[in-house]
Amino acid sequence: MKSKLLRKLGPLLLGAAFAAELSLPSNVRAEELRIGFVAPTTGIFAQVGKDMVDGFQLYLDEHGNKLGGADVKFIVEDEQGKPDTAVTKAKKLVLQDKVHMFIGGLLASSGYAMAPVSSAEKTLYIASVPAADDLTQRQLDKYPYFIRTSWSSSQPHHPLGQWACDQGYKKIVSIAADYAFGYEVAGGFQKAFEDCGGKIVQKIWPPLGTKDFGPYIPTIKQDADAIFSLMVGPMSLQFPKQLRGAGYKKPILGGGTSYDEFALPFMGDEVVGDVSSLHYSAAIQTPKNEAFVKAYRAKYGKVPSYYSENNYTTAQWIDEAMTKAGGKWPGPEQFIKIMQGLKIDAVRGPVSMDDMRNPIENIYIKKVEKKEMFGYDKPELWNTVIKTYPDVSQFWTYGKEKFLAQPVYSRDFPPCKFCE
Amino acid sequence: MGTQRIKILIVAVILVALALIVPKSGSFVVLLATRAMAFAIVAMSLDILLGFTGLASLGQAAYFGVGAYLCAVLATKFHFGLGWDFWIVVVLGILIGMALAAIFGLFAIRASGVYFLMITLALGQCVWGLAYRWNSLTGGDNGINMSGRPNFGLDLSNEVTFFYLVLAFFTVSLLLLYLLVRSPFGKSLAGIRERELRMQILGYNTWLHKYIAFIIAGGFGGLAGVLWAQTNGHVSPETVVLTTSVDALLMVVLGGAGTLVGGAIGAAIVFGLREYLSTLVPWWQYVLGGVYVLTILYLPTGLMGIPERIRQARARSKKEPSQSGDAKKLASVPS
Repeated sequence: MKSKLLRKLGPLLLGAAFAAELSLPSNVRAEELRIGFVAPTTGIFAQVGKDMVDGFQLYLDEHGNKLGGADVKFIVEDEQGKPDTAVTKAKKLVLQDKVHMFIGGLLASSGYAMAPVSSAEKTLYIASVPAADDLTQRQLDKYPYFIRTSWSSSQPHHPLGQWACDQGYKKIVSIAADYAFGYEVAGGFQKAFEDCGGKIVQKIWPPLGTKDFGPYIPTIKQDADAIFSLMVGPMSLQFPKQLRGAGYKKPILGGGTSYDEFALPFMGDEVVGDVSSLHYSAAIQTPKNEAFVKAYRAKYGKVPSYYSENNYTTAQWIDEAMTKAGGKWPGPEQFIKIMQGLKIDAVRGPVSMDDMRNPIENIYIKKVEKKEMFGYDKPELWNTVIKTYPDVSQFWTYGKEKFLAQPVYSRDFPPCKFCE
Repeated sequence: MGTQRIKILIVAVILVALALIVPKSGSFVVLLATRAMAFAIVAMSLDILLGFTGLASLGQAAYFGVGAYLCAVLATKFHFGLGWDFWIVVVLGILIGMALAAIFGLFAIRASGVYFLMITLALGQCVWGLAYRWNSLTGGDNGINMSGRPNFGLDLSNEVTFFYLVLAFFTVSLLLLYLLVRSPFGKSLAGIRERELRMQILGYNTWLHKYIAFIIAGGFGGLAGVLWAQTNGHVSPETVVLTTSVDALLMVVLGGAGTLVGGAIGAAIVFGLREYLSTLVPWWQYVLGGVYVLTILYLPTGLMGIPERIRQARARSKKEPSQSGDAKKLASVPS
């Protein structure tokens, strides 16, 4: 009987031993800076996740795995493109690995999901990609341990609206992916364009992941001067191809992700001449960017996207902040203050932080051109910068108070006054 | 009856062991165990349909989702359910899951087999579509962030306290579902699974039986949703998406359909591999895939089928020398 009981309990005891072993505290050394990095490394966003990790890793490799004198323990966790998993992994990084900060997240939903973890665990969260406007606008006060080193969705698209107006476009049709990021991008463009005197005469919202634009293209109003499109992922590749294939000759403007370096290598010559805006282009003509593109391409075999640059610059930002803190972790509140006080000479250009913890940075209006760049011997598609708007904040020219008084951009805001 | 008692004892010992060991094994393990148990309730509710009634549903995430969204919307829009009224939210979550299942059941129960699967899939996607597009209520794809867990004397923001609460809900759910499948009602569900026509001839209203089982499963789905929302502090359309339903189905099949605890074991394994192993190695997906393939190939009755297989193998090897006749052979066949 006793042996029978033992036999039954044996596996349980084993399990207990296993669980106890899991609980051993990890080795903690004083001079170590532990950085958790949450990115999708499996699933449909795995390639974007790779760009994110590679960008950060490149900076670490170039600096002997040290940031501001501290040895970095860089822990990558897979969020699988799901906000639930992002939360679990962020908590794992904080609770088990005792990280000083966690970085990353890809989708706005992951950013929104992880920000409360930073508040609850009193740990710094640096959003190096998630762009949801309200994270650094109307909801910022909920997240005192949150800071963003990338961009807010509408930030590059206010200047694009202004630019479109300056080109003399009077009427534009907007076609944008039907989700929050699409609303914020298209909303920013519409706001600036209409404030300057332009008219958005039609708004079309194809669902996220649309591959066949056949039902939408014939409905586009023919009397418009141009089209503004916001596409993401595979949509970016399909839309211009199908629109040009349908015989559309007028200019196409695009939100940042419609033509970013992630989509560009897979596009055909039909996109040459299309104009988009973002806070980074791989074709910025500065020695710093050229060196970055060459180093990145030599190591990873592809042109860096803004996902790569954002994380590279995040590493740089942490590096300079740690240097200023004397190589010792000063605690999250102090670290945010230091980060806010820095002016970074980044790959994308000069960057600083506004008082709502979102970067003030150059916004580039870019035109797709086929040419040879940086000594590469094949003509390729590049986002040539045709105009730079320096030091653009997330509030554009509206001023913080006035901007925050309006609701966040949505399907119905700004209202389509000139639609029939 | 004796083996049944031993089984209950084993489950009880495991639950007690969980209660004792998990809180001491690091906060991340506590978090994972909480998530796995909250999700295990959905898996078990699905087992009522799949394992006991023979209805393979691909829409269980719908009830899970409405429970989660109800909890999140009440907490953020109405500040309801942050104190003792959390218990009202639990009841409402169960009711909304049941109500939705009562509506969906009218469409789904008339069909069976693949048709039932497709209808539940379509209905589940309707809920996903609502969650995704109804921006003013659900926040669209950004989802809803909750500001913290309820505190009613018991502070649930403490992970260990919350773990015990979920463990309690899990235990009670397991007990209720166990009583359900052992009841005459549960037996008639098994009868429908084995041969629906015969049950009809015997005078059972099989449609009503299936409908009620569907509603009960929906109720437990709603309960799990409420717990899930509190576990993550965040609800998004990802909670309601098709893969959540598929996950639940895979967990039940992995653990063993028609065993109740099989769903829980499946949940533990899937969460363990997907969320614990993925922190250790990048090739965790191969392990998960391998487990699925091996289970389907060698254990069509799931992991819970292992003891039965061993017993059968033993009985076979015993039978050959002793020739003890048919009575023993019958006893070794699962009833």
